[in-house]
Amino acid sequence: MRLEYFQMIDRFTAVDVGARVARAVCKVPMESPVFVGHFPGYPLMPGVLLIECMAQTTGWLVSALTGFTGLPALAGVKEGKIRNAVFPGDELEFEGRVIHEGSGYAIGEAKGWSKGAPICDATLTYRIVPYPSKELRDGLWQWADRINFPAREYAK
Amino acid sequence: MSTTFDKVAEIIAETCDIPRENIKPESHAINDLEIDSLDFLDIAFAIDKAFGIKLPLEQWTQEVNDGKATTDQYFVLKNLCERIDELIDAKGA
Repeated sequence: MRLEYFQMIDRFTAVDVGARVARAVCKVPMESPVFVGHFPGYPLMPGVLLIECMAQTTGWLVSALTGFTGLPALAGVKEGKIRNAVFPGDELEFEGRVIHEGSGYAIGEAKGWSKGAPICDATLTYRIVPYPSKELRDGLWQWADRINFPAREYAK
Repeated sequence: MSTTFDKVAEIIAETCDIPRENIKPESHAINDLEIDSLDFLDIAFAIDKAFGIKLPLEQWTQEVNDGKATTDQYFVLKNLCERIDELIDAKGA
């Protein structure tokens, strides 16, 4: 997990675009400036970053489903729940499902676990917006390779 | 038409917390009911699900931006319901 870069996923472990589901894992770093403030003497993974983990897991899947024709921008979080505390060093697993692919938007459902126990879940809305630059889209392939996401296979 | 409108009005009332009696066939979703684009995504999702269709929001937005259509054609509710009925018919054809 590259916490300071907001690149939350270490590796996708399963991507089934046909079934509209993806699973990913990441390990919370032992040290990060985030933990200096959250909280002094009691490092605790902020719940909002668990939402981001779910959003990125499902967001990559949305990108594949839409052929990387636009950036899935997180637009809504419903029924977001943080069920258990997450600490530095914890190994996390996330699952994202796309339950609806609309015109210019998508709806996903995501869950997270630590040591098999649920830590978070939410329903996520994405707007599919044009990439602000060619460089951003081109840069995705390297990022995708690093996290084992088969992006090129689905790019239109 | 009335069935489609009733269902759409129910969806809007529930999604946006607008009193059902304020939602009329002549209401403009944006101008009269003040539904913003994010809330309209929730409505579109509920409509897509309820009718088994996919509202072509990207195409409509493009047409409005290009000056080829007005928002009235897609966002006045009686017109929206006509578009929905057309999409349902096209699906069954």
